[in-house]
Amino acid sequence: MTDLESQHRLVDAPLANPSPTAGLLEVFRRRYLLRLLVRREVNARYQASALGFLWSYINPLSQLFIFWFMMEKIMGRGTESFAIHIFCGLIVVQFFIETFNAGTRSIVRNKALVRKMAVPREMFPVASMMVSLYHIGPQLIVLVVICLFTGWTPDPVSLLGFVLALGIICLLGTGLALMFSVANVFMRDVGSVVSILSNFVRFGVPMIYPFSMVEERLGSFAHYYLLNPIADAVLLVQQAFWVGTTQDPDATQAKHIPDHLFAYGFLGLGIGFVVLILGQLVFRRFENRIPERL
Amino acid sequence: MTYPDSTSIVVDSVTKEFTLRYHRTLKQMSVALVKGRDLSDSFLALQDVSFTVDQGESIGLMGLNGSGKSTLLKLVQGVMRPDSGRVLTRGRIAGLIATGAGFHPQLTGRDNIYLNAAVLGMTEQETRRKFDEIVEFAEVGRFLETPVGNYSSGMFARLGFAVAIHVDSDIFLADEALAVGDRPFRKKCIERMQEVRESGRTLFYVSHSAGSVRKMCDRVIVLEKGKVGFDGEVNAGIRYLKYDEGPEDEPDSQDEVDDEIGNDI
Repeated sequence: MTDLESQHRLVDAPLANPSPTAGLLEVFRRRYLLRLLVRREVNARYQASALGFLWSYINPLSQLFIFWFMMEKIMGRGTESFAIHIFCGLIVVQFFIETFNAGTRSIVRNKALVRKMAVPREMFPVASMMVSLYHIGPQLIVLVVICLFTGWTPDPVSLLGFVLALGIICLLGTGLALMFSVANVFMRDVGSVVSILSNFVRFGVPMIYPFSMVEERLGSFAHYYLLNPIADAVLLVQQAFWVGTTQDPDATQAKHIPDHLFAYGFLGLGIGFVVLILGQLVFRRFENRIPERL
Repeated sequence: MTYPDSTSIVVDSVTKEFTLRYHRTLKQMSVALVKGRDLSDSFLALQDVSFTVDQGESIGLMGLNGSGKSTLLKLVQGVMRPDSGRVLTRGRIAGLIATGAGFHPQLTGRDNIYLNAAVLGMTEQETRRKFDEIVEFAEVGRFLETPVGNYSSGMFARLGFAVAIHVDSDIFLADEALAVGDRPFRKKCIERMQEVRESGRTLFYVSHSAGSVRKMCDRVIVLEKGKVGFDGEVNAGIRYLKYDEGPEDEPDSQDEVDDEIGNDI
């Protein structure tokens, strides 16, 4: 007993602020927790379903089928392989919208943890982004298989464009999710606003219409249309997959894909980065009030 | 200001203010404006609270309801940040606060143990090493692979408790009103807390029960309306609070003390 009592354990850790202050950096320092949170979301989605993860393949396949049947067979729109054109856009748009929507609600949804545990709160919007990113996997596989059937051959440069597109949405989506997730704590209206904003996103990108149409109608103002990073991301994905599935890829590229797309893409990446920094700053500013307002 | 190496917790002139919001919708707010009522009000949960704790000390934090105990605990835990002043801690913090927070009802007991341990700052290897011990302590048996949503409330609480108590921490926080489990389980928990105390870790224990504070702590801090009212020796602190008057606070047998602690944790 005396032995135990006299033992005076000294901890060599420094005296530090007990609440995590490094923001997004802290999230990456605690990658293991992030991984578990992402896995929790992914697993919970397909719990108690017989087909389980197969659903994430069935879903995009059915969408692709509907687009093909409705747009190409029934409505007979002029654009070639229109189903793939839409699907390329849809991958980007869904990634963005899911990140934005789920990210915005993430803090309120994880109330129990946020109010009681000292975890970096940026963790939750980031985890939402990763969950959405995870669901791109099956969509991408479906897309690649269909594209291969239609005579598409992979091209390394345009595939890099695909990666760039994902990067743009990652940064932009996380940045906006950070900003709106705090706002949502203070006013739950924000969640509804975000849903409405998402509707604009669907039509603000060349998904159910080709970019050539925008160029035709807007003329030189098409330049401003391309300042939308999400539109650039959609076009980059279309360049990577859709262009190669058409009869004459070179002609399609010239007609439907804007010049200097990569330049716009990198500009979009820059914008995404700025939004992310802003998101972090806004988050930091209001974060202290989160636990008491939940 | 510098502190010696043996300092475990520093609370330095900490103030925490909460905003009370009366009106949430635009309609309510405009009505309030017209009637000339305040849109919001604030109150000071903690006012200029200062103290330091050395490593190995066990502190009993006492006070009436609403005196700021839980807020102070949350600041030390790092969930909240002070509006002014600062809180510093040394080493890893864990404890019996909000046990089972973040359990996902659809995930199995096993998955939740890993997740909860990660939330509390444990690494994957650490969790794997202690996994069997945690399961054994929680006594969930063959329910381990069942979603925790189907657990009985006792089982749910025991699982959260088991994870929390197995985190290697340098500072151990314990909040009251976590009365869970049957008598044998309570006994086990008390033994575990004694172990924590004897291993030289800092113990920070929030309680209303004079008996258990007397048994577990060697210093008492009493909060009064957000200010430190008393800081010092245990019995004097309990007298200060006038918690030692009723006969029920002087349990004569060991068993009753155990029960009282059990009711608290």
